[in-house]
Amino acid sequence: MSATLPQAKAKDRLEEPRGPGTLSAAAALLSVELKLEGRTTELVPGMVLFVLSAFVVFHFALNRGALEGDLAAGVLCVALLFGALLAVNRLFVRELEQGGFEALLLAPVPPAALFLAKTAALFIYLCLLELVGIPAYALLLLARNPVGVLGGVVGVLALTNLGIAVLGGLVSALTVRSRARELLAPLLFLPLLLPLLIGAASALSPLLAGHAPTIGRWLASTGGKWLTVLGLYDLIFGLIASALFDFLLED
Amino acid sequence: MPPAVELAGVSRLFGERAVLRRVSFTVDSGQTLAILGPNGAGKTTLLKVVAGLLGPSQGRATVLGAQLPKERAQLRGRVGFVGHEPLLYRDLTPRENLALQCRLHDLGRERVEEVLEAVGATRFADRPVKELSRGMVQRVAVGRAVVACPPLLLLDEPQANLDPRAREWLEPLVGKESGRTRLLTSHDPEGALREADLVLGLRSGSPVFLLQADAVGRRELEELYR
Repeated sequence: MSATLPQAKAKDRLEEPRGPGTLSAAAALLSVELKLEGRTTELVPGMVLFVLSAFVVFHFALNRGALEGDLAAGVLCVALLFGALLAVNRLFVRELEQGGFEALLLAPVPPAALFLAKTAALFIYLCLLELVGIPAYALLLLARNPVGVLGGVVGVLALTNLGIAVLGGLVSALTVRSRARELLAPLLFLPLLLPLLIGAASALSPLLAGHAPTIGRWLASTGGKWLTVLGLYDLIFGLIASALFDFLLED
Repeated sequence: MPPAVELAGVSRLFGERAVLRRVSFTVDSGQTLAILGPNGAGKTTLLKVVAGLLGPSQGRATVLGAQLPKERAQLRGRVGFVGHEPLLYRDLTPRENLALQCRLHDLGRERVEEVLEAVGATRFADRPVKELSRGMVQRVAVGRAVVACPPLLLLDEPQANLDPRAREWLEPLVGKESGRTRLLTSHDPEGALREADLVLGLRSGSPVFLLQADAVGRRELEELYR
């Protein structure tokens, strides 16, 4: 017995291979990433446990069962940020260890597809983290029930997650080949994330205050301004990442 | 017809250390070049340079008409690479790995079954790669490399971990009868000489000889491996 492999269907691609397009390739890579995370549970459970532990630590360290305003917003943002850092450290490790980078560079797809997939995956991981983390945060640390301002909180966190995912994808790709990546990634990630952290905390602060405004009033006062800042941050780092990523993967 | 692979004075450095030094050769379409040499000779690095995975530090490399490293994007999808690493996700099954490759090459799902059958991997297609033997993984790695029928195959010890039956099975896909242009490395000089049209001897990154396969004798091999 020996192998035979029909060539007819692929023959027209021999001279000029056509890739599936960046978005389609990114969708394929994202579905593999989510499948692998579902099987190995390497990232999300660790992030969730870390953030829950951080809330418990804050609860006892601050010796206060009820936070509001600036302090509440700061604690939430810092805990989420450090939880995200766990994923940023390991986002591309599987590709590095199992040859995913080389397999991708041999396929007719732009490397940006991998960046898009990883950014989308990190965004999803952060949303999953918050799905568990925010109720725990409200229970352990928040002075008031946040249900009335949930729309605003979700909007701020969505833009914050996007910024973290874009910058996290970029920093992770930049540092993954370094032996000191677990030191380098935070050193790059945290300072660059400061504008996002300031924007997110400033936007959340009135929403988590003792007497929170309605969403409409919040948007009309400072909320709209900070949401714009967060959106601009996402846009700027999205453009920077899309310009740089191809070079990061190549030799 | 222009040569499939043409290297002129290619060197590759890692930091200060030269892993390849002024390597030059030409391989025409459909020909096989065997790259022989002791461990650490630079064989794998040379294949990675030709694949566009590593850029040459000096010299000129033209592969399938693409100047490297500038035009390496033109090479994507046209080179099949079988290396020491299988380039497969260990937590996915062979079927899932090949399905990903098919999607990245814009090929239909039916291609997955064709490739699984061709490499004889159907019976273990749904077991995670991490649970397979090295030989089974090598079969899937060959399948990944040939999924889009690339005109150029770069084979870094392709027969490693394969039993004689598997070697025979995969012969039409990656062997001489595949009709493709091939660059292969091997630690089995006699086997490689049977496969090759041209032979490049490398030692410590430098070419020792570049000869027609039938001109390589015991003396050249002893000199290379001394």
